[in-house]
Amino acid sequence: MRFRAALAALAGVLCIAAASDPSERLPDPAQEARARAIFKDVRCLVCQNESIDDSEAELAHDLRQVVRQQVRAGKSDAQIKQFLTDRYGQFVLLRPSFDVGNVALWAGPFLVVGFGLVLLLFKLRNREPETELSQAERERLRRLSQDGLN
Amino acid sequence: MAELGDFALILGLAFSIAQLALSASARLRRSTVLAAAGEGAAFAAFVTVATAFGLLMHAFVVSDFSVANVAANSHTEKPLLYKVAGTWGSHEGSMLLWDLALTTYGAAMAFFGRSLPRGLKATAVAVQGGLGAVFLAYTVFASNPFVRLLNPPVEGRSLNPLLQDPALAVHPPFLYSGYVGMSVVFSLAVAALIEGRVDAAWARWVRPWALAAWSLLTVGITLGSFWAYYELGWGGWWFWDPVENASFMPWLVAAALLHSAVVTEKRGALSGWTVFLGLAAFSFSMLGAFLVRSGVLTSVHAFAVDPKRGVLLLIILGVTTGLGFALFAWRAPTLSQGGVFAPVSRESALVLNNILLAAATATVLLGTLYPLIREAVTGEAISVGPPYFNLTFMPLMAALVLLLPTGPLLAWKRGDAAGVTQRLWAAALIALAAGLAVYAIQDPRKAFGALGLALGAWLICGAIAELVERTRALRVPAVESWRRLVGLPRGAWGMTLAHLGLGVFVLGATFETAWRAEAAETLPIGGALNVGAYHLVLKDVGPIEGPNYDAERAIVVATRDGRPVCTGEPERRLYLAGGQTTSEVAICNRGFSHLYMVLGERRDGASGPVWLIRAYWNPLATLIFLGPVIMALGGVISLSDRRLRIGVPRRREQAA
Repeated sequence: MRFRAALAALAGVLCIAAASDPSERLPDPAQEARARAIFKDVRCLVCQNESIDDSEAELAHDLRQVVRQQVRAGKSDAQIKQFLTDRYGQFVLLRPSFDVGNVALWAGPFLVVGFGLVLLLFKLRNREPETELSQAERERLRRLSQDGLN
Repeated sequence: MAELGDFALILGLAFSIAQLALSASARLRRSTVLAAAGEGAAFAAFVTVATAFGLLMHAFVVSDFSVANVAANSHTEKPLLYKVAGTWGSHEGSMLLWDLALTTYGAAMAFFGRSLPRGLKATAVAVQGGLGAVFLAYTVFASNPFVRLLNPPVEGRSLNPLLQDPALAVHPPFLYSGYVGMSVVFSLAVAALIEGRVDAAWARWVRPWALAAWSLLTVGITLGSFWAYYELGWGGWWFWDPVENASFMPWLVAAALLHSAVVTEKRGALSGWTVFLGLAAFSFSMLGAFLVRSGVLTSVHAFAVDPKRGVLLLIILGVTTGLGFALFAWRAPTLSQGGVFAPVSRESALVLNNILLAAATATVLLGTLYPLIREAVTGEAISVGPPYFNLTFMPLMAALVLLLPTGPLLAWKRGDAAGVTQRLWAAALIALAAGLAVYAIQDPRKAFGALGLALGAWLICGAIAELVERTRALRVPAVESWRRLVGLPRGAWGMTLAHLGLGVFVLGATFETAWRAEAAETLPIGGALNVGAYHLVLKDVGPIEGPNYDAERAIVVATRDGRPVCTGEPERRLYLAGGQTTSEVAICNRGFSHLYMVLGERRDGASGPVWLIRAYWNPLATLIFLGPVIMALGGVISLSDRRLRIGVPRRREQAA
């Protein structure tokens, strides 16, 4: 029974999609689905890059409880996220807010596209017309085509 | 033996320095003798580093715990495969694997590069020697895997049991040969800049190396993703984790490089950009190595944190990429501009491909590094998680996928938009119909899922339309079409397969993400739960004993409409040496879909023990991993193309 005791002691160490645990679930499936959707956007603060939907850490458990209570109380998604950021700062949201400090983050990829397109247009516009053959080339062409005839 | 390994490693460092010095002076003095000596040094560096690697592996196999690295990462009870894999399971060992890859590529370049002009080859071998010297010096002086312990322990501390898995055991060798394969491209790019010549021939020499590295990286990333899927036990396969991102960035850049190199090879255009990508690919590989090892990012994959090593790696990264890009800034303006092309042409399509892939790389880079930058500047910590990538990366990829099938059907220089439309309308119609049908049939209704499916179908049908066009199927007799099909160059097959593989991946990823079903219950023996169309009954849970772990194994019987479908045996393991628990999921294959079962913790119920059982229905999940395998296969087939094997006819030796 050695390993059973150890298993019991270690229960909870393993991180596996903890949010689906039936003992935590809300009775109303629609509310539960809403809570689950919010979980995916909330970071488990003490974990390494996991949402509270995935983490089995104690803090993630507490945060899930907070979110579920608020969903049950009829708060909107925005209100719940506001509550969390007031308490824990922007760090708690896995989706960074659209504020001034994050301009480079959100706009960066699309600036790259814009910059690339401008360069492409520039290159297409500045297409050199098919250059005329120079005197020497024309002479060479004439000789070559004569070779072909002979 | 460890001292011998240490000695071999230092010898490898000496040979790498000799390789740099001999090849560089060979280039300066235009001496074939010195060039041959430099290539000899490249071989010697490879042989010595391989010896050191073999000796470290030997220490792991015989469990020589007087070697600190073995004591920290191995255990006598570990199965042989994982003792061998332990060689690269730690920071020090994985750096040695990196060095081995670097010197192997150096020797390969010396051996296979016979068609290269002498000057270019000597410079490239010298640069490769320089890279080898830098990383070997780092290994020898800052991360030596052969350090002995004064008081060897009787038993080792074992490898993290999550990593004790066949897919993960072979994942690093693939990943590293992919990462480091980009070093050859880097060396050739630097050499081309020094020589001041980037032309069609250069692009053709770069292509096989880039193809090989990209294919290996594809396999490496897929293995890692597959491991996460069945080992971490929550059914996900990509988490936008910083370390996954670190491996994904060189992949994206290499994909862009493969496409721009085609333009440089066929039309002599974009040469500066191709060189830039060649430098960027290995820079991103090194950035990945730095991010994983420095501890600046918190990630489930990160190696043990050591700030001193982080700083050293940052210096290596800064100096090598800094020198590369400074050289680029200096020499690139002298490169020829190359051919002109019309707005509707294959060149334009490939440029758009590169713009979108570059933007996608920028997304991943920003998402990975922006939190660090913002915290350093403002002191406020933010998180960048999957929701960010869904809003930025996904639209860029959708645009790329929309564009993709038109590329191969457009002519170089000036394409025919009406002709392409005519060849692709059937594919577009099928994709649209498939999307609409799925939108109507699948429950629950998901517009994004339907859109993703339509995009996947568009890619697959587009690839088929391209084959039809190439073989003139339905327009000439079938025998003639068959003859054309068989006669297609392998490079063309490779491209079609890679595009087809992407389509297969998009199908799988879309379906799995949009229509996965999840269920979790605490069940007593005999209890049941429903997931998707399946009914699962927990028949039994019993103890089993593994080689270095104890476990509980559940027997779960799945039925559909009363008919038995399969029996899953998920396990929950306890590794005694380190005290960690892991879950071994059970996966039932149903066609390309998975019924995925996880045994969770044991609890006390009202009448006797109950177990937390979770189950997922993951539709078409196999395609997520099959797609990249097809893509990598495309890369390998393209690599076997006769044109690459034989190479371009040797051009007259420049007055180099």
